[in-house]
Amino acid sequence: MSTSRIASALLPGLGHVMAGRGFTGVALLLSWLTLLAVAALGWPRIAAIGETGSLDDWIAVVALVLTLALVWGWAQWSLRRQQAGGTIGESQWRIAGRRLRRDPLALIGIAVIALLYLVAVLAPLIAPYDPIAQENIVETSYLAPSLSHPLGTDQFGRDVLSRMIYGARISLAIALIAVAIAISLGTLIGAIAGYLGGWVDAALMRFTDMVLAFPRLVLLIMIVALFSSSLTLIILVLGLTQWPATARLVRGEVLSLREREFIQAANALGMSRRRIVLRHLIPNVLAPVIVAATLGIGNTIVLEAGLSFLGLGLQPPTPSWGNLVSDGRQNLIGAWWVATFPGLAIVVSVLAFNLVGDGLRDALDPRLRS
Amino acid sequence: MAAFALRRLLGAIPLLLGIATIIFFVLNLAPGDPASLYFNPNVPPEVIEQVRRNLGLDQPVHVRYVRWLGAFFTGDWGQSFAQGRPVADILMEALPNTLILTGTALVLVFLFGIIAGVWQAVRQHSWSDRTLSIGALFFYSMPSFWLGLMLMLVFSLKAHEWGWPIALPPTGITSVEYEFMGAGEKIQDRIAHLILPVATLTLVLSAGIARYTRGQMLEVIRQDYIRTARAKGLPERRVILKHALRNSLLPVITLLGLYLPFLFSGAVFVEVIFSWPGMGRIIVDSIMQRDYPLVMATSFVFAVMVVLGNLVADLLYAIVDPRIGYET
Repeated sequence: MSTSRIASALLPGLGHVMAGRGFTGVALLLSWLTLLAVAALGWPRIAAIGETGSLDDWIAVVALVLTLALVWGWAQWSLRRQQAGGTIGESQWRIAGRRLRRDPLALIGIAVIALLYLVAVLAPLIAPYDPIAQENIVETSYLAPSLSHPLGTDQFGRDVLSRMIYGARISLAIALIAVAIAISLGTLIGAIAGYLGGWVDAALMRFTDMVLAFPRLVLLIMIVALFSSSLTLIILVLGLTQWPATARLVRGEVLSLREREFIQAANALGMSRRRIVLRHLIPNVLAPVIVAATLGIGNTIVLEAGLSFLGLGLQPPTPSWGNLVSDGRQNLIGAWWVATFPGLAIVVSVLAFNLVGDGLRDALDPRLRS
Repeated sequence: MAAFALRRLLGAIPLLLGIATIIFFVLNLAPGDPASLYFNPNVPPEVIEQVRRNLGLDQPVHVRYVRWLGAFFTGDWGQSFAQGRPVADILMEALPNTLILTGTALVLVFLFGIIAGVWQAVRQHSWSDRTLSIGALFFYSMPSFWLGLMLMLVFSLKAHEWGWPIALPPTGITSVEYEFMGAGEKIQDRIAHLILPVATLTLVLSAGIARYTRGQMLEVIRQDYIRTARAKGLPERRVILKHALRNSLLPVITLLGLYLPFLFSGAVFVEVIFSWPGMGRIIVDSIMQRDYPLVMATSFVFAVMVVLGNLVADLLYAIVDPRIGYET
């Protein structure tokens, strides 16, 4: 055991710095210290969790412990791997990962996304106030940003920062799950249409065209407004109206892959169609799909916020970023902070996903490989 | 060419029929009775029954579907439940407003997007290229409703408060005293009202065009014929504008069709924020009020505009690119 390995075990990141990997080391150190600071700040709630903890608190504490373990574990693993020497042969993913690490904008994006999800999961430990509780409205309504309320308060005297922190949970979770649904469905439909061809292809693609031609926002508003809005409905509707773009993308890729030798070989070996589609075609179209998914999460965050803004998202007092901007619209001139900061949160998170999406596209593009 | 256009037009008919069908069935699956809008709880049930019969709501779904489809495609779009006026009249008032808004924005989106994209490609890796790239990504990531609010906050509400020389009107399409203005003032007033909504749409949407145009230009500039053009001593300006730009713009045209849904979605938010009396506001209001005839007609008109836009983009593409055959 080298000294850097021992140092790393005591304080993740220190070992990397000693081993000459300054950037990774400092990043690890910073995230480790941030996590410890969160634990220290939220200590009263963590200590009292046995008596008063709600489900939210439990989730937050478990997530905190898991993240700490993850950071620590990764630090040890990456240091040992470095000392064991390089690896033999490189997969497509490892090459892409290496290229991604040289893209500063993408790295910033990844860091911001990690931070946002951490904030969302750890919300009860971080938020300075209860996001829903209203105090004495006469005294606390529309307070300008100050030390006690860094981003001010809204009409009902609720802390805007705390509501934003809780809002991150809603906005980020909805986008992630909806895109997961859309991507799986779109990949499957696109792969089937592209591989089978013929009337199956024609029928599926006509249907896809029809959904694409329909103004998505109108369809969303229609469904959410006419059926009573709920978390499940919003996720399903966002997911089920987004697959056509992915389906088209995947179909195009599959059409060109289908003619390649390895698919012919799979056919010649007598593999079932199911196996060829699932094991040979889909893994090979995954790269562009991942890029589309990353960019799609950004779009979905904006769309969900838009629905909430129109009053069609989760109903108040549940905080979501769109709801918060909509709240701020009522007194825009008197209390500009209520609409401004939650909107900035949307911009920052969408920007982060777009940066990572751009970075991934460059990293995964074999034509740019030197 | 005419045959190609006609074939494309005919191909759009089943698409529109499908869209109308989707609209009809989504509305029919929705819980809630449109007839209930007419009544307060004191109305006796037999009167409600009578109204349901008059509205044709007692018929089974497939009968209503066929009837509705027949009426819809013969131009009978019915009466708005909430406003008690023919749907066609309401749409006719709103459509020009939306077309002015989206039309102006569309022209500016492509103009600014293309100029920015070409500028960046010509000066790749320069300071201005990086700034524009990050700026484009920033606006690309921005929800239109938030940008609209911020623009309104700064250039209208706060500008007024801070005593800036120009404070733009925050909402509406004309001022209250519009009727008493002279012709020149009227035009000025309309333009002043148009600036913020159009700026919102333009900033959000031109970012995407700029990113795409930049990518296309960079691909084209690497081609051999550009090197040839430079080698034979053409001025750089001519190489870029005549040789490179023309070929880069081909795929940008296809974006026109792709961008219409974004434009109309953006218009919905912009119209709501700036109280712009157009189709976007009508669709939001009518859905909230369960004004079914108006919902059906408005969403259908939106879909028609998207389909037509795609058609125009296809035709334009076939005209400007000689490699595209008319047979397909």
